[in-house]
Order: sequence, then structure tokens, then C-alpha cells
Amino acid sequence: MDRGLHVLLLTALGATAALPGIAHAQAAGESSALPTQQPQVVEPAVKRRDVEPAAIDTENFEAGLFVGTISIEDFGSSVVYGARAAYHFTEDLFAEATVGTAKAGKTSYEDLSGAANLLTDSERQYTYYDLAIGWNALPGEVFFGGKRAMPSAVYFTLGAGSTDFAGDDHFTVTVGSGFRLLVTDWVALHLDVRNHMFDSDLLGKDKLTQNLQVGLSLTAFF
Amino acid sequence: MKQSIKSTLLACALALTGAGAGAPALAAKVPPAKVVVQDPFVDLRSGPGRGFPATYSVEREATIELLRRRTDWIKVRTDDGREGWVNRSQLERTLTPGGAPVTIPGPKPESRTEHRWEVGLGTGDFGGANVVAVQGAYAITPNLLVRADAQHLLGNFSNGWLATAGIAHVFAPQWRVSPFLGIGGGVLTISPKATLVQAEDRTDSTAYAGLGVRGFLTNRFLLQAEYRSYVVFTSRDENEEIDEWTVAFTYFF
Repeated sequence: MDRGLHVLLLTALGATAALPGIAHAQAAGESSALPTQQPQVVEPAVKRRDVEPAAIDTENFEAGLFVGTISIEDFGSSVVYGARAAYHFTEDLFAEATVGTAKAGKTSYEDLSGAANLLTDSERQYTYYDLAIGWNALPGEVFFGGKRAMPSAVYFTLGAGSTDFAGDDHFTVTVGSGFRLLVTDWVALHLDVRNHMFDSDLLGKDKLTQNLQVGLSLTAFF
Repeated sequence: MKQSIKSTLLACALALTGAGAGAPALAAKVPPAKVVVQDPFVDLRSGPGRGFPATYSVEREATIELLRRRTDWIKVRTDDGREGWVNRSQLERTLTPGGAPVTIPGPKPESRTEHRWEVGLGTGDFGGANVVAVQGAYAITPNLLVRADAQHLLGNFSNGWLATAGIAHVFAPQWRVSPFLGIGGGVLTISPKATLVQAEDRTDSTAYAGLGVRGFLTNRFLLQAEYRSYVVFTSRDENEEIDEWTVAFTYFF
């Protein structure tokens, strides 16, 4: 019974599906019989317009170099330098990648004891990379003399990366804040402070080290 | 855009080598596009942001040159030489001198389902090690993503790198929050920390299956949380199983 009903239903479905096809075929046959050179009653007045995106120089990338001072916990302060690149998603948010390197100094213990060196020369090289998200929290303008106004922003960043120091890679969380000044439309100066935090057991016990960096950078938008 | 990257890179190179005077000339070589204002007026702001004050208003039917774009703001110049920044939304309602509508590409609500590329930064936990991840994806259809990612693994006893490629199925890309499933494979390189154990670096192939949730924050950003179960095909007798959790901030375009 059930089966019979199914067959019936399927046949009906098949028939309804096939019908429009037949009708269409007939219509096509008729139209092909008509003269092909029939004049159009209404000439379309609307021309097709190609919409092209405006050719504007988009400058959302920013890249440049920085130099500064980093205070490596227990190892004194050193000169740090490196490169940074950013992509500006919106006027509020950007992503930033930073690489930097510094040569760590000596701990007070090494200085006082005279001879005992905790690290070899290559282990003293402090190299890091950091991938961060930044927020332009306080945009504004800086007035230089009476005629020039330069856009500026105070921003905050939060990132993660790795620090290669004392023979090991350390997972590093970076928080920072900076001030960006657009000297021209495409050249920017940054003054920023970063705190690189990572766990280290170098001096016997596990601790979270805080490595503060102050830097000045020059970047270009493109 | 490509041209501008090239010219700016050249400009940077020039600036670095001390021949900075040539740079602005190079940067200004692209001929600016012109549009005719259709709104009652267009505000020119002093900087590329909504907080900057409007310093001048351009009337309807005035012609303005489009000089450069930064995020959603376009720097324009009027016929009498005044410059300022205009939001993309206002330029969408202008015409070219020939009368054609102007399009300024940018994010729209449709781009949630129509975008092609995704790039993300993530962090998480891979079997106890911290993860720094860079992810990329290409949407073949709104439901099907081809993905690739590189991860730096930073643990207490060993460090490593993981590179994977795979596919993911997004159940309901049109929803604000949607679950997804992913599978893939890749290569895992582990180097134990030299100070703790005397062991050699090893590189093994690996495969994963995982599931996650992704939610749109705006018309440009996604937040993704994902769990993956990895099987590492080691050269030892037993394969290793590792769980991974990640959270990633993703930009799509």
C-alpha cells in the first residue's frame, strides 16, 4: 500500500517536473519559427556603465626602524635596535610586528666577583620578536608653531612573541604604549615604551622578568 | 597599490641611503582621481579620523581630487588648493566627472559571507607549551576554508615550530557566531632545551582534527577559538597525542 502510494506520488512529481520542460521546448520551437530580424519596439536608453573602483593610493602599511634602551632584568640596560611593521585596519586598530636585538650587560654578581661569567657572549645576545594588536586610544593633533598641525595618536599595544636570551627561547607577553606623530602624510615618528615579560629560571629560581624598553622610531606609510 | 608599494619602498631605500630629497617626488607620481560632490556638502577634516575637526566644507557639484587613502579616510584637494580628509561613506555618494558612480572599496555587511581572505594572530596552549600563531585562510565558498598556519611553540622543557595546512567547514557563515570543524596535517619540529635534557632535535609529521567557534566582531574582524587534537607520527614505537587550544584575532578582506 505504502509502496503503491509512493510510486503514484513520484509519477505525479515526475510529470509536473517534465511539463514545464515540454512547454518551454514548444515555446522555443515557436520563437525560432519567427523572423529573426524583428525590430525592437523600445530601444533601451540606459547604457551599461562600468563601475571602477577609484584609483587611490592606499597607505595602510607602515614600516620603519627603531632605536632605544632596554633594561634587561638583572643584566643592566643596553642599546636596543630593530624594525617594526604595522598594518592599519581602521583608524582605531592596527596589527604590529616587531623584531629587535640588544646585547645584555653583566649582572651585579658578575661585576663584583670579577671572573665568574654566567653567560657566554652569544648567550648574552637578547633577540626578540613580537606580534601585537594596537589601539589608537587618544588621537589628536600637535601644533608646531602657528601654521602647522600634525595628526598624532597615543596608542596601546598588547602582543605575544618570543625572546631568545641566555640560550633559550622564552614565550614573551608584551604590553606597551606609544605616541605617534605624523610629520608628513606618510612619515611618522614614534616614542614608545614596551614591557617584555617572560618567565626565566636563569638565576636559580623561576620568576617573571620585566624588561622595559624605551624607543624612538621612524616609519613610513605605504 | 602595487605601484605605490614599489615607489614607497624605493623611496624608503632612497631615504635610508641618504638621498631623501628624491622621495616625495616619487611618492606623488600616481595621478590623482577626481570626483564631483553630490551630497549638499562634504566636510574636510584636518586628520584621518572622526575626532578631527572639520576645517572646510565643499559644496555640491564641486570637483575634488583624491590624493591618498588611510583606512577609511581619503585625503582630498579642492580646486582652490584646500586639503583635508573625507570619510569613505561621503565619497560613496559622488560621481566621476563623466557622471559614473564612484566606488571606494571597503567593508560592508555582505563581506562577512563574501570575503575571500583571512589573516589572524593567535595565542594558546599546545600540550603545555605556549603558542604564538600566525594563521591564514582562503574561503573557496563561505562554508569551506583552506587554511595554513605557522606556530611557534615555547615550553618549559622544549621549544618548537609547527606548520600545518588543512581545511575547515564553517557550519553557518551567515550567523554572527558559528561553529566550525577542521582537519589537516603538517610538520612539527621540537628542540629540547639544552640545559635540561641531552636530546636531539626531532622533526615529525603530524595530523589534526579539531573544532572551534568563530564570531564576527565587526564587518572586518573575527574572533576564533579552536581546539585541535594532534597525532604526531614519531619514529618511536608509539605515536604521540597532543591537545591544542588557541584563540585568534582575525582580519578578513
